[in-house]
Amino acid sequence: MFDDSNIIVGLEIGTSKVCAVVGEVNAEGLLNVIGLGQARSRGVRKGEIADTQQAEEDVRNAIVEAEQMADVEIRSIYLGVTGGHIRGFNNRGVHPVVSADREISEEDIQDVIKNAKAINLPTENSVIHAIRQHFFVDGQDGVTNPVGMLGSRLEVDVHVVHGITNRLQNSIRLVKGLQLEVEDIVFNGLASSLALLTGEQKELGALVIDIGGGTTDYVVYADGVTKHTGSLAVGGDHVSNDLAYGLKVPLSRAEKLKLEHGSALLDPQCKGQTVTITNELGMVLKVVSIEHLRQIMSLRLEEIFQLIAQDLEQAGLTDYLRSGVFLCGGGARIPHISQLAEHVLQMSVTQGQTQSISGLKSALDQPEFITAIGLAKFGSFKNRKRESRSLVSGLRGMFGRLLQK
Amino acid sequence: MKINMETPVAAIPAHAVESPRTRAIKIFGVGGAGIVLGDALNQSEFSGASFAAIDTDAQSLAASSATVKIHLETKLLRGLGTGGDPERGHALAEEQLSTLKAACEGADVVFIVAGLGGGAGSGISPVLARAAKESGALVLAFVTFPFICEGNRRQQQASDCLERLRPVADGVICLPNQKAFKLIDENTSVFDTFRITGGLLVEGIRGVWQLLTRPGLIQIHFDDLCRIVRDRHSECSFAFVETSGPARSREIMEKLLAHPLLDEGRALTGANAVLVSLTGGKDLTMAEVNRVMEKIGQQCESAQIIMGAAIDSGMANKLSVALIAAKNPASTVDSSTDASKQDILPIETNGDGLPENPRFGNRSLPSSPTHTREPIVSRPVRKRDKGKLLQTQLPLAIVTKGRFDKSEPTIHKGEDLDIPTYIRRGVPLN
Repeated sequence: MFDDSNIIVGLEIGTSKVCAVVGEVNAEGLLNVIGLGQARSRGVRKGEIADTQQAEEDVRNAIVEAEQMADVEIRSIYLGVTGGHIRGFNNRGVHPVVSADREISEEDIQDVIKNAKAINLPTENSVIHAIRQHFFVDGQDGVTNPVGMLGSRLEVDVHVVHGITNRLQNSIRLVKGLQLEVEDIVFNGLASSLALLTGEQKELGALVIDIGGGTTDYVVYADGVTKHTGSLAVGGDHVSNDLAYGLKVPLSRAEKLKLEHGSALLDPQCKGQTVTITNELGMVLKVVSIEHLRQIMSLRLEEIFQLIAQDLEQAGLTDYLRSGVFLCGGGARIPHISQLAEHVLQMSVTQGQTQSISGLKSALDQPEFITAIGLAKFGSFKNRKRESRSLVSGLRGMFGRLLQK
Repeated sequence: MKINMETPVAAIPAHAVESPRTRAIKIFGVGGAGIVLGDALNQSEFSGASFAAIDTDAQSLAASSATVKIHLETKLLRGLGTGGDPERGHALAEEQLSTLKAACEGADVVFIVAGLGGGAGSGISPVLARAAKESGALVLAFVTFPFICEGNRRQQQASDCLERLRPVADGVICLPNQKAFKLIDENTSVFDTFRITGGLLVEGIRGVWQLLTRPGLIQIHFDDLCRIVRDRHSECSFAFVETSGPARSREIMEKLLAHPLLDEGRALTGANAVLVSLTGGKDLTMAEVNRVMEKIGQQCESAQIIMGAAIDSGMANKLSVALIAAKNPASTVDSSTDASKQDILPIETNGDGLPENPRFGNRSLPSSPTHTREPIVSRPVRKRDKGKLLQTQLPLAIVTKGRFDKSEPTIHKGEDLDIPTYIRRGVPLN
């Protein structure tokens, strides 16, 4: 009861909201969402903290709400990070197998991954993730777990996600200032994809696009592994800002118009339609054309998808996405956004649904919470791995040493 | 524009062959320096041209020997000139555009001579060029650039004027005075220095003049010249050499290659277009022409060469070569060539520095009418855009980025994604 090691919390400090998801790992190792806290975010721009004090307050509110709902005390969290500075690329590490019997051991795997992580990054950057893709044993492709195989040369492809250290530290420091432990930081796009995709979909190849308030994060899976990640510092905020500029209304009003009348497509019926903006006394302040509103929105959203499509094209991944595109984040709520995405990306697009997670229906169904849920899921994987490793590798290490004598 | 250009050109060859001086050429001295230079020309062999002086300052006009004097004046200036402000000169000239046009009426070719950097020359020249263009003449501007020590403001005004002049003139030949430093020594007086730079400019004008007026056996059209200078925003090098005697064709090459403005021939190596005009007496032989052209061709193998040959009965036993080497700025020639070009471009003129034409070197900006045929003048020719009027664009920085104003901009392939997409794509909201 007091052992809270199976309580896992994902915290996303987003541009439009701060969201904390409390999950519990059940006996089968599956995640059960038991609590959710959220607060409007006021101190974040484009996914990065711009006002520490306000952000701190918002995080505190969200955590308190989540604690109350789940009736647990939150001590540590998995923190989601994003921002235009985050980049992903693929790298390969090589390691010669030196043991006499040429059997590949767990240590060899650690070494080869370490080699793959040793990349030339600018000094101000640091690695967020190094996700292993496939191993090669003596050039043989497609090995997923080479432990126990024989070989002389072990290679591994990793997908490295990195960002600028100082900017990543900003949110970590903020959370630590609230007396919370940061277990790990996770790229938001990756977290979303963990919550959304089944193993089968990853195998077939999938693209997850998380359209948030300040950033749009995307992750590509193919052959069951992460192939590509990216983050565009353009999101829902930009849509609101465009509307405020184009329709000449205040930002808050633009936000409201976006939610009430926004659409990703410009359907012919909206021609000539208008919305009347009134003040609290009912006096007419402005008449706004729906057609303009949707045109501005649709161009911006179209551009976001175009930029992603260009990036995938460059990475040569367009043909690997056989299970299609999954949308999440607040932007996935925009009416007709799937059609627009289908039109630009030329593949089937679906609204993402959380997979293999049970718990609060109200939380699981919302596209905005998918990232935070994914963060908790990331935590549950990590926990599981840690447990198994402490057991298995402990034994193996012992036996290995004994055998070598 | 095109039509303006070609009509007179087409008319030229026929005229030139039969009666060389039938073309109406008007030379305008603009501003203080321009008038002094114009006077210098007056005294030489420019007999077919009519001279005009334009200034805002009554005194400098009074001193001029030009046949036509145009005094731009308003009460605002109280007879004091423009006070070094080109905007005033510009405004005055715009105001009196009809006067300027009337002055250009009937000219086939208009030469504008001015010193840039001050108020009158910088302000009036572009307007005059436009007026001349509109009245159907070809416009070639010969301008000097101020010394660097004259101050930033004058430099700035001069380069602003050049920018204005570029689209409206068919050709601009620009001589930065600063380059004269290469040709003067410690003891050269200020007066002499100006004479040198002025002399170089005058030589340039003479070279073009001869191109236009001498009967050509192998004709160089004015538009050949324009084509060479046009669209080459970098500098052109100009050299004018003359020799006499039986060994003239050999000597002339030596002189050309030794010419300081051609930087020992390196300017030729880097050029991608070279215009050569040979002028000799009736005794000019084909072998001589061939010898000179062959040598020049060896120097600049990669360049397009346009050559012309003309006969001047007064040139018996003499041979002169006027050469314009233009280099396209885009082409990356070796840096030494570049450097040499730069040197050439500027005007350097000083009697002392140019051993071959001491007399000529004495041409002064202020007033040096004498000029001999001996000078070797290299002039930097700065070609500007052809006479196309370009619509200027205002810097468009009025799109605010709203809430992203102070945040780090999201730049993707040079595009600022914080600016609304519909604005970047120019989608109209109607």
